[in-house]
Amino acid sequence: MPITEIVFYVFSLVMVSAGVAVITVRNPVYSALFLVLAFFSSAAIWLLLEAEFLAIVLILVYVGAVMVLFLFVVMMLDINLTPLKEGFIRYLPVGIVVAVLMAAELLLVIWSKGSFDQGAFPIPPPNPVGFSNTKALGELLFTNYLLAFEAAGVILLVAIIAAIALTLRKRVGEKRQNPAMQVRVQRDERVRLVKMDPEPRQGN
Amino acid sequence: MNTTNMLLAAPEFWVLIMACVILIADLFIREERRGIIHMMAMITLVFAAIITVRGDYLSEGLRSATAFNGSFIRDPMGDVLKLFSFFILGIVYVYAKFYLRQFRMFRTDFYTLTLFALLGVMLLISANSLVTIYLGLELTSLSTYALVAFDRESKRGSEAAMKYFVLGSMASGMLLYGMSMIYGATGSMDLADISVAISNQDGDSMILVFGLVFLVVGLAFKLGVVPFHMWIPDVYEGAPAAVTLFISAIPKMAGFAMAYRLLYTGLGDLHTDWQQMLSILAVLSIVLGNLAAIAQTNIKRMLAYSTISHMGFILMGLLPGTADGFGASMYYVIVYSLMSAGAFGMIILLSARGVEAEQLDDFKGLNQRNGWYAAIMAMIMFSMAGVPVFVGFFAKWLVIKAALDAGLLWLAISAVIFSVVGAFYYLRVIKLMYFDEPLTESPIDAPVDFNAVISLNGLLMLGLGVFSGSLIAVCMSAFGA
Repeated sequence: MPITEIVFYVFSLVMVSAGVAVITVRNPVYSALFLVLAFFSSAAIWLLLEAEFLAIVLILVYVGAVMVLFLFVVMMLDINLTPLKEGFIRYLPVGIVVAVLMAAELLLVIWSKGSFDQGAFPIPPPNPVGFSNTKALGELLFTNYLLAFEAAGVILLVAIIAAIALTLRKRVGEKRQNPAMQVRVQRDERVRLVKMDPEPRQGN
Repeated sequence: MNTTNMLLAAPEFWVLIMACVILIADLFIREERRGIIHMMAMITLVFAAIITVRGDYLSEGLRSATAFNGSFIRDPMGDVLKLFSFFILGIVYVYAKFYLRQFRMFRTDFYTLTLFALLGVMLLISANSLVTIYLGLELTSLSTYALVAFDRESKRGSEAAMKYFVLGSMASGMLLYGMSMIYGATGSMDLADISVAISNQDGDSMILVFGLVFLVVGLAFKLGVVPFHMWIPDVYEGAPAAVTLFISAIPKMAGFAMAYRLLYTGLGDLHTDWQQMLSILAVLSIVLGNLAAIAQTNIKRMLAYSTISHMGFILMGLLPGTADGFGASMYYVIVYSLMSAGAFGMIILLSARGVEAEQLDDFKGLNQRNGWYAAIMAMIMFSMAGVPVFVGFFAKWLVIKAALDAGLLWLAISAVIFSVVGAFYYLRVIKLMYFDEPLTESPIDAPVDFNAVISLNGLLMLGLGVFSGSLIAVCMSAFGA
C-alpha cells in the first residue's frame, strides 16, 4: 500500500470519528473542538489532492475565525441543553426511517454500475513543479466566475445590512454617543466656575 | 469577455447600483422626508423596466444570448418575468408605504432589502449555470429572512423569521447536495453543457436521478409545495403584512424560472423522472392547500394555504415539458402574483392604526362600509377561485389543459374537483363582505395613490380576464409556442 493511501485512510478515519464525536459528546465545547479536528483532517486530505490553497483557507477561515467565534458564543452563552433534547425520543422513529432511507439511497448510488468507478473519474495527471493553485483559482474567479464572484459580494453586503437592520435600534436607557453633539460642546457645558469665598483658616 | 456581452446584464447592474445609492442616500435624508426614498425606489423600477425593454439582443435574430461565460442568459421568458416583477414590485411599494407609515416602520431598510431581493430574483430568472442559480437563490432568501423579522418588536415575526431561516438553509443544503451530484455525473455547472452531457450518456443514470431528487426537494421547499410547505403559513402569519405581500408575490416568479431552467434547460432528458415527482407534489399541494384553507379563521393563513394550492397548479403546467405547458405555467405565476398582491393590499387597507386586519371577521360587512373596496376584494376572490370571465379562470384552464396534454387525466380531474372545493373559502370572504353586519363603522381612508393602484389591481382581474388573449400570447411566445 503506497504511503499516500495510508495517509488518506488515517486522516479519513480521524475525520469521520471526529464528525461522529461532534454530535455525540455532551459538552458543547468538546463538540466544537472535535469539529476543529475534523476540519484539520479534511485540510490534510485536501493537501493530498494537491489543493493547497483550499486546505490553508479551510484552516484559516473555519478553524481560525468561524470556530473560534463559535467557541466564544458557546462559552459566553450559558445554554442549557436539556430542553433542546426533550423531543428526542418522540422524533427518533421518524428520524431513523429518514436516515435509513437516505443511507440506502446513497449506497444504491455508490454501488450502481459505473457511477464512481475509476473509469468514470480517471486520475488527473499530476501538476508540474511550480504550479500555483492560488493563481489558477484566482484566474478562474475573475474570468469564468466573475458574475458569481460579484453576486457573492452582494450577498455579503446584504448580510451586513440585514444584521444591522435587525439589531441596531434605540432602546430605553441606552447609552449612545452622538459625535455631532460631542464636537459642538461648549466649555460652559462641561466646566462651571464657581466663585467661593476662601474659608477662614481654622485653629491657631 | 467583451462589453456588449456584459451589457446583457444591464438591468441587474442598474438595480444593484440604485440599491446601493438608496442605502447611502438614507444617511442624508431626514426621517420626515423619507418619501424621497420611496420615489427613488419607484424610479429604479421604471428605469429597470425601460432598460430591460431596450435590450437589443433580439434584433440580431437571436432567441437568447448568454454572457459571463454562459452563466447568465437573456431570453424573452426572462425579460417578461422581469418586467412583471418590476410592475408588481411597484404595486407592492405603494401598498407597503401606506402600511409602514401606519405602523411606524417606515424605514429605508425595507426598500434596500426588497431591491436586493429583486436583484436576486433577476439573477435567478436569468441564471444559466448551477452557481448562478444558487447565488441568486441565496440573495433572494437572505433578504427575505431579514424582512420577515422587520418588525423588531414582534415576537411572532422573529419566530417566523427563525423558522424560515432554518428551513430555508436546510432546503439550500438539499439543493446544493443535488447540484454536487449533477456536477459529479456531468462534469459541468453550465446548464447547456449539463444537458449535452446527459444526452450523450448511455444507460445508467442512477446518480443523476439521485441528484434530481435533491434538486426537486430544494425546489419544492422554496416554492412551498406539499410536503415541504410547513413554513408558509407561519411565515405568512408572522411577518408584517407588507412583507407577506412581497414574499407572496415576487419570489414566486423566480421560483418558476428556476424550475424551468433547472428541470428543462438542464435536466430535460430526465423528463419522465421529474414528471412523476412533480405530478405527485402538484396533486398533494392542490388537495392539502385547498382543504386546510377551509379551516382557517385568519385570512393571512388562509391565503398562505391558498398559495400552496396555487403552487400546485403552477407545477401542473411544467409537467408536459412543452412550450405550451411552460407558457401556461408562466401565465399562472404572473396572474397569481397580481391576485396575491391585491389580496394583501386589501388586508393592509383594512388594517387600522396598529392592528392588522388579519381575521376573516375584519372583512364583515365591508360592502356597507365602502362598496367599491368590497367590489375590488370580490373581484380578487372570484379570480382566485377561478370563476369564468375573471383572469384566474383562464390561468387554471391553461394549466389543466397542459396536464391533459401530458396524459395525466387523474391529475386534471383532481385539480378541477379541488378548485371547486377551494371556491368555498374564497366565496366565504364574499359572503362575509356582502351579507354580514360590520363589526365597526369606522371609515376606511387611504391615500390617493393607494386607492388608484388597488382599483387598478382589482380591475386588472376583470380586464385581463375579458381580454385574456394578449397576455397569454405574450407568455406563449416567450417560449416560442
